[in-house]
Amino acid sequence: MAQDAKGWTREQIAARAALELRDGFYVNLGIGIPTLVANYIPTGVSVTLQSENGMLGMGPFPYEGEEDADLINAGKQTITALPSSSYFSSADSFAMIRGGHIDLSILGAMQVAANGDLANWMVPGKMVKGMGGAMDLVAGVKRVVVVMEHTEKTGAPKLLKACTLPLTGQGVVDLVITDLGVFDVGRGKKPLTLLECATGVTVDEIRAKTEAEFQIAEKAAA
Amino acid sequence: MADKVSKDAVEALAGRLFDGMTIMAGGFGLCGIPETLIAAIRASGVKDLTVVSNNCGVDDFGLGVLLAGGQIRKMISSYVGENKLFAELYLSGKLELEFNPQGTLAERIRAGGAGIPAFFTKTGVGTLVAEGKEVREFDGELYVMERGLTADLSIVKAWRADQAGNLVYRMTARNFNPMMATAGKACVAEVEKIVEAGTLNPDSIHTPGIFVDRIVEGVHEKRIEQRTVRKREIA
Repeated sequence: MAQDAKGWTREQIAARAALELRDGFYVNLGIGIPTLVANYIPTGVSVTLQSENGMLGMGPFPYEGEEDADLINAGKQTITALPSSSYFSSADSFAMIRGGHIDLSILGAMQVAANGDLANWMVPGKMVKGMGGAMDLVAGVKRVVVVMEHTEKTGAPKLLKACTLPLTGQGVVDLVITDLGVFDVGRGKKPLTLLECATGVTVDEIRAKTEAEFQIAEKAAA
Repeated sequence: MADKVSKDAVEALAGRLFDGMTIMAGGFGLCGIPETLIAAIRASGVKDLTVVSNNCGVDDFGLGVLLAGGQIRKMISSYVGENKLFAELYLSGKLELEFNPQGTLAERIRAGGAGIPAFFTKTGVGTLVAEGKEVREFDGELYVMERGLTADLSIVKAWRADQAGNLVYRMTARNFNPMMATAGKACVAEVEKIVEAGTLNPDSIHTPGIFVDRIVEGVHEKRIEQRTVRKREIA
């Protein structure tokens, strides 16, 4: 098999992440791969998408000519409402997030550590974008799933023993889904465990590209 | 009833601007920003401003015009990734920056407006955000203390106002505007239309008029930052 045929594409990562959705969940999706998860919601599962700028029940993108400058998502993209949608202030929005009312947050990461630490907002001296709502989401949402490429473009590992970048949250990550596999992080309260290997990827390959030590679940070893 | 209606943004801001002041500006990205008042503040030349706003506009629109005018000394924001000038000014040391997590920023403003000097939150525990702040354990979990936030002036954007200053926002243009209206020593609201008292349903008022000192009808470009559409299915 060709080298580039191994592992999951961005769409496949999103599709795998969508399997974490449960019927009736209130869900916040981050920008990038997490946004794609909305395209793979399993049949029979109905979820309500929260947008932290002040909306519950996000609909699809508008048809051309029907964009409304007053109706955007947290990525500042034009969107639409659904019959069940509601709008509210940023304070109410983060009361939902910080008060533990959101069931699942799916977001990207620069680094995740075996102890559940997450870094995804800052590269000192280089990137000055800000954390937006990420620190609130990881501190307050019931379950936090990270989707990311397994390594940097340079090949440097992103799943580490300890994060080297400034943290977004301490001991906050439940599950990591990369192009190479799925890991149970369990907020660092149990050993990091490889649950699944992506298509055509072996445990040895994953080990070579992962700095953190991890255990292997039975089904991943098979 | 005191007349809160100003004929234009210059009149609405008259006597309320001074160098070194703190201004809160509503909006999320370019959505729900008081663009007419920002333009008037740009034209006034007031400087050394501390500006509290979730974002800082884009290079040529929204709060970005105050950056370009060299009028902002310090920003308190959660995300400024859409603004190249911002990054340049910050990395060269010409602009002070205080990042707040978005929910912490919203709650600091809500608290400030409600007379609450500080509160505890889980957000930011164990990160740079918690450095130098009190961390306390409640019920077995750690929380960091954050301060309420107020300003000399808040500028907000609403969809409708009546002459009493009652405000109604539209869709996701609400965002930070309601909390900011409560947290300024004075609040100037620009709206798309001012209507007669009695026109707005009292059950549907988002910001009661007590929080609003001046209202003015603005001129709104309502620029879209990320126009995203889908194709119509062809039958």
